[in-house]
Amino acid sequence: MLTFLARRFVATLVVLLVASYIVYVLSANAGDPLASLRESTSRNKAELINMRIAQLDLNVPAPLRYFIWLGGVLSGFVGHFTLGKSVNGQNVTDMLGSAVGVTIQLLIASTLLAIVFGVLIGITSALRQYSGYDYTVTFLSFLFFSLPSFFVAVILKAYVGIAFNNYLDNPQIAPWIYVVVPLISGLIWMGILGGNARRRLMIFGIAVVATLAGVIYIGVTDWFDNPSLGPIFIAILGAALAFLVTALTTGLANKKSLYTALTVVVIGVAIYFPFQLNRAEEISFWPLVGLGILAIGVGILVGWLWGGYDRWLSARTGGITAFLVGGLILIDRFMQSWGSYSSGVTNGRPIATVGSGTPDLSSITHSFWIQGLDSFTHLLLPTISLMLISLAGYSRYSRANLLDVMNSDYIRTARAKGLNERTVVMRHAFRNSLIPLTTIVAFDFGGLLGGAIITETVFAWSGMGQLFNAALNAVDVNPLMGFFVVTGIAAVIANILADVAYSALDPRIRVSV
Amino acid sequence: MSGLIPPPPTPGGSSLNEPVGDSEPKVGDTNAVTPGAGDLEPSRAENAIELKEVEGLSQGRIVVRRFLRHRGAMISLGLLIFVILLAFSAEGLDALGIVIPGWWHYKYTDLDNIVNGGQPTLSLWPLNWGNHPFGQDSLGRDVFATVMRGAQQSLMIVFVVGILSTVIGVVIGSFSGYFRGWVDTLLMRFTDAIIIIPLIVLTAVLGRTYGAAGSFVVAIALGLASWTGLARLVRGEVLALREREFVDAARVAGGSNFRIMFVHILPNAVGVVVVNTTLLMSATILTEAAISFLGFGVQQPDVSLGSIIQLYENAFNTRPWLFFWPVSFIIIIALTINFIGDGLRDAFDPRQKRALNKAARKSAAAARAKVATR
Repeated sequence: MLTFLARRFVATLVVLLVASYIVYVLSANAGDPLASLRESTSRNKAELINMRIAQLDLNVPAPLRYFIWLGGVLSGFVGHFTLGKSVNGQNVTDMLGSAVGVTIQLLIASTLLAIVFGVLIGITSALRQYSGYDYTVTFLSFLFFSLPSFFVAVILKAYVGIAFNNYLDNPQIAPWIYVVVPLISGLIWMGILGGNARRRLMIFGIAVVATLAGVIYIGVTDWFDNPSLGPIFIAILGAALAFLVTALTTGLANKKSLYTALTVVVIGVAIYFPFQLNRAEEISFWPLVGLGILAIGVGILVGWLWGGYDRWLSARTGGITAFLVGGLILIDRFMQSWGSYSSGVTNGRPIATVGSGTPDLSSITHSFWIQGLDSFTHLLLPTISLMLISLAGYSRYSRANLLDVMNSDYIRTARAKGLNERTVVMRHAFRNSLIPLTTIVAFDFGGLLGGAIITETVFAWSGMGQLFNAALNAVDVNPLMGFFVVTGIAAVIANILADVAYSALDPRIRVSV
Repeated sequence: MSGLIPPPPTPGGSSLNEPVGDSEPKVGDTNAVTPGAGDLEPSRAENAIELKEVEGLSQGRIVVRRFLRHRGAMISLGLLIFVILLAFSAEGLDALGIVIPGWWHYKYTDLDNIVNGGQPTLSLWPLNWGNHPFGQDSLGRDVFATVMRGAQQSLMIVFVVGILSTVIGVVIGSFSGYFRGWVDTLLMRFTDAIIIIPLIVLTAVLGRTYGAAGSFVVAIALGLASWTGLARLVRGEVLALREREFVDAARVAGGSNFRIMFVHILPNAVGVVVVNTTLLMSATILTEAAISFLGFGVQQPDVSLGSIIQLYENAFNTRPWLFFWPVSFIIIIALTINFIGDGLRDAFDPRQKRALNKAARKSAAAARAKVATR
């Protein structure tokens, strides 16, 4: 194992060095880094040019200058780590420091969402193979596959961000929405749940009526202007989640498990009230994580206390439900700050289309909730536009994987044992279909970063994309190399994580030489 | 599996349209592999139906037939050919010193008086092209002419990249898979080094360097950056194929390494190559659009679909047609190539059971019922 890791590490190091050499030489030859100075009309032009040449060692030819840069990186071992300076004399490490955080947020959010939704869509369409739903999903994913990322970003900006803000200015729901949205939701649910004609018709009817009620409720109460869930909705949604989680994990036939989930929901609604008393605005991130873990612990305890011959199954259901209900309460708390954020910080146009955060927000408020909402509204559109692109790929892969797995022998064995469909799909097929996805996700990371460059340009974020763009335009090699170092290391880490996940998920794979 | 007989040594064996020999060993040949046929009766019945369909046909014919029957791929192929003809006939050809005028009465460089704020004159009912069907930009240039020129350039780039990266990828992949050992290590480490550079970074840097030299140079730069995936796939395929008996037979018969690689092994890997080249081409049109959008691709005065959008990005609210027409051509081209690739994959992959059409499904169900009652 150790020799494997060591060999792997050395190979990766060599690959990174070669790649960085290629990038350095190519980008150093991409143009003239002195172009901006040559055009300048200042009196001390020659002096400035000489200064820049001296600062960036431009008189050394690029294939050799690389080693000066590499020397700066390697002197990290003796405590003088440097990635060089930009043409303006800024330290690249400082430039990267602010840019990386912004971009990583975007990448992680969109990757996670894309995986969750992609797998969900892929699995449902594989289970309903050759149905209308499957064909629609297939067509849509091909369409999203073929969409340029800037197009999605621009469209979202114009038709979601600005349109939603306009709606908030004048909350009038157009009549066609009352017709179209319920119909679409009815069709989606009908497609996912399937069944014979009668069942499908029933599902369609229920979904249409429920969605129509939701839309009317939103329209009547101006919900988007002043959103809230309140104890009643938390109870309803929590109960729905409890049934869903139980159905997926243990099956509704397991009464103990169902009771556990419902008990957790009751506890959640009870905790809702004391949680409101704590109006402290100064809560921070880590205590919240602690609360989340505590909630999971409570859920597990409830499941364990309900007992029975397989109490750990109930405990798992309880833990998942508790986490979700806790999430509902948290969302409700964020919603309560929505009004003051929307009118106080953004003048009633909350969905941001420019920048990665409201400038100088910390001088306006220190509230954790408002700052959370601020990053949410800024992240929303870029995340969706990045997500939609990789979503299509993930849903195709997970569909193909699940179909592959469902045709394998051990699924037939599982069916022959008399296991019900839920157990076969959730426990035997679903998990195994996830294995190939890990490699795809790691491999996709580079592509996503490319997408991030575009998305950041459209939404005017000052992240890695902006850095790359500006550096390439000015033929500023050191920031470009800084960008490459970050992406290269990210790709290497993603690959190692994928390997680890792979061997953890697939017991057939044992790391050895 | 039949593997003793070497494939026909004609180089034409790799061509899609020519029938190749019946006995050509093919991984997962439909005739040879009928998974689960022995132990599950209904699936044998279904396989029997499929077998009947392909009785007495060569592998190449089967692939072509399947592809021709793929409705989505055929519609897409028709649409793509229409777009290609439209783009190249409307604006004519202007490359390598050959100038053939097109039938459209504006060139993409012509300036004209702005009519009606540059609104598109195209109306579907009654069908009327008008003078500027896609509108005009703020300088009075005809958008139809610009988009056609952009589509020409984008299509040219896509095909050049497809050819170039296929050649590089196949050569590197075959050498690496066939010779193994240090050749393999060296070539694959090099491939890894290229892979680890994000494609958009590599292409943008190359485009920044050479973009001013014209769109053909941009195409070559893109092609030099996007062969990596294909090289890996071909390597894997060659690694598997070189252990097969027909390779031994060719070697015993005295075939040289190059002959074995490119005449015996490669025709058997043609499915992987064709499918992935197609998918690569549909990805290329998006990559080209992306780097041109960033300003590192095709440079003024020439245009590609991506650079048109970059040019008019800020006009989105005032003159949306400047934005929508080039984008819809990008989507049409990418979507059609994607569907063609999907059709090719279905055609080449004998293990994949196609979605049988309604009649076939019915007869399969009937056969299953018959088996069940027996």
